Amino acid sequence: MTDIAAGPRRLSSTETVRAGLGRRKRHQIMLQGLGLAAISFAFLMLATLVGSLVMTGHKAFTQTHITLDVYVDPAEIPAAGLPRGGFRDVMTAALAERIPGVESRAELRALGAILSNGAQFMLRDRIVADPSLIGQTITMRVPVSDPYDQLKKGLIDRETPEAFRRVKDQEIAWFDTLMAQGAITEPFNWALFRNADSRFPELAGLKGALIGSAWALLVCFLISFPLGIGAAIYLEEFAPKNRVSDLIEVNINNLAAVPSVVFGLLALAVFLGWFGMQRSAPFVGGLTLALMTMPTIIIATRAALKAVPPSIREAALGVGASRHQVVFGHVLPLAMPGILTGTIIGLAQALGETAPLLLIGMNAFITSAPSTPFDSATALPTQIFIWADSPERGFVSRTSAAILVLLTFLVVMNALAIFLRNRFERKW
Amino acid sequence: MYDNPLTKRTAVTHEVKISARGVNVFYGENRAIKDVDVDIEDKTVTAFIGPSGCGKSTFLRCLNRMNDTIDICSVKGLITLDGEDIYAPSIDPVQLRAKVGMVFQKPNPFPKSIYDNVGYGPKIHGMAQSRADLDEIVERALRRAALWEEVKDRLSSPGTGLSGGQQQRLCIARAVATEPEVLLMDEPCSALDPIATAQVEELIDELREQYSVVIVTHSMQQAARVSQKTAFFHLGHLVEFGETGQIFTNPHDPRTESYITGRIG
Repeated sequence: MTDIAAGPRRLSSTETVRAGLGRRKRHQIMLQGLGLAAISFAFLMLATLVGSLVMTGHKAFTQTHITLDVYVDPAEIPAAGLPRGGFRDVMTAALAERIPGVESRAELRALGAILSNGAQFMLRDRIVADPSLIGQTITMRVPVSDPYDQLKKGLIDRETPEAFRRVKDQEIAWFDTLMAQGAITEPFNWALFRNADSRFPELAGLKGALIGSAWALLVCFLISFPLGIGAAIYLEEFAPKNRVSDLIEVNINNLAAVPSVVFGLLALAVFLGWFGMQRSAPFVGGLTLALMTMPTIIIATRAALKAVPPSIREAALGVGASRHQVVFGHVLPLAMPGILTGTIIGLAQALGETAPLLLIGMNAFITSAPSTPFDSATALPTQIFIWADSPERGFVSRTSAAILVLLTFLVVMNALAIFLRNRFERKW
Repeated sequence: MYDNPLTKRTAVTHEVKISARGVNVFYGENRAIKDVDVDIEDKTVTAFIGPSGCGKSTFLRCLNRMNDTIDICSVKGLITLDGEDIYAPSIDPVQLRAKVGMVFQKPNPFPKSIYDNVGYGPKIHGMAQSRADLDEIVERALRRAALWEEVKDRLSSPGTGLSGGQQQRLCIARAVATEPEVLLMDEPCSALDPIATAQVEELIDELREQYSVVIVTHSMQQAARVSQKTAFFHLGHLVEFGETGQIFTNPHDPRTESYITGRIG
């Protein structure tokens, strides 16, 4: 101000700035580089995870099947005896037709083991549904048992000495003969989605877990969504700002960070212990998950309500709307995209939650899909847990496949959240 | 109105609409308004002027109990509307705000259609018996806000899609739709360009025929142009209140004179 004409001083200040420019630029480049490195690393890790899952898991999306012409022998399966009958023997006989020279009982039994244990029940179901098939020759395509599925997929090394191999030389020869005959196919493994759990990997599917998860999520949503929004609206719009509401706020934020296993223990003690609810039921699972999801929804809803510009509230109050008209007529609709996004992310988290479900017994071995939320069931993450724990080789790839299915659901839910946010976002 | 020299402008005295006696407003410990006495007349534009933070907006918001929504804010003293204490326990702020409309600094239409913006107030107050009633109310309000001709063909398009000046006139239409008796305006032109400002000012002058208008403004020219009465606030005090012509040409208080001549503010 005092000496505008003092040229050198102004020049020196420009030079001071210039001297620091290089350093500032270097810092900026370094920061960008670090960010890029962090993102690359995260991306690499993600690619490794998904890559390894796909590598192991893709094999479970196909299942080796064998096609057989089965003569439904009335001597073995008399129409009067249904649903009992010698279905296994009939299937083994059909297999023996294709492999000549298998005579002894021991050999027949070994040959029969090519077929999945479920094959006989598939034949039974078909005959029971249509008894007129007795006495005819019908074409059946049935899964092969797990070791032969592994063999077909190249997971059993033929070079391993016979003593250490699950499939003996003789059995490999039989299987190769069947392959040469064109009886072996490897179609898409619909059983993975159509069947519930089974001890036999070739029969095990996710249907029970998918339906169990769906019930649990539905119960979780129906409880946590209205309660969470109600609590958030009260806290944000109506509650007086004092110590009590501060305390409640701190506690809700803490609840969102409580490890899920603690909620599981709480559910075990309260829902199963005190209220005597049924164990392994998706209804109880949903209640437990709702405990976990509610704080997330409350926090997301409060943030969404807070983000609605105060000018909208003032506008509504200014024309004489009551507080509840302001909230339900203006603030809540505007906050809805944010609320829905938070809710979906909370539900996605609940979908992947394992620990609380383990504690209320949703990791039981259940071979049928639940038809109500009160039937015993598993959920997707607990099914993964069960399969990961199973010794049969076939469950290794099925575990990865189940994880891929779970991840797909999570990606779809998150995509839905992004879609809703973009679709309903309003601009002021 | 612009040709009318300030000195010659004298207000016809109307009935007192709002009367404030010994009003104090506290934000927690902080006293924002100090012992304000003022009488606001019917069918008159009253301007509140003063430097930033002098309390003119705060006082304005006392008149429709908008300050109720701020937890730490408390209002002491007596404010009456047509002789009735508006802070009496028997008065519901909702009822009061239907009678005392408000237009805010920034145009704040609801993110709804133009029709719904204007129709919202009458709808929640049950002023329309049928759709035809509401149509009529909406049209009347939009006409009164000099917006009807511009929007009559697109009543269902969003109010947020209008220009800034149109949005502010929409907000005025929304405020007059509930048939208020007093219209409070909190710097209604500060977010508008000069042309839109001129339109809104013209509108304010027309509204005077039916309402008592109270306008807070930063622009002394605006106060001089639109108001008949002017109140000058400084540091929470009502320094001077009188006819606009007198305040601007012959202020009694040295502080008013300093502000008007640009020495404080």
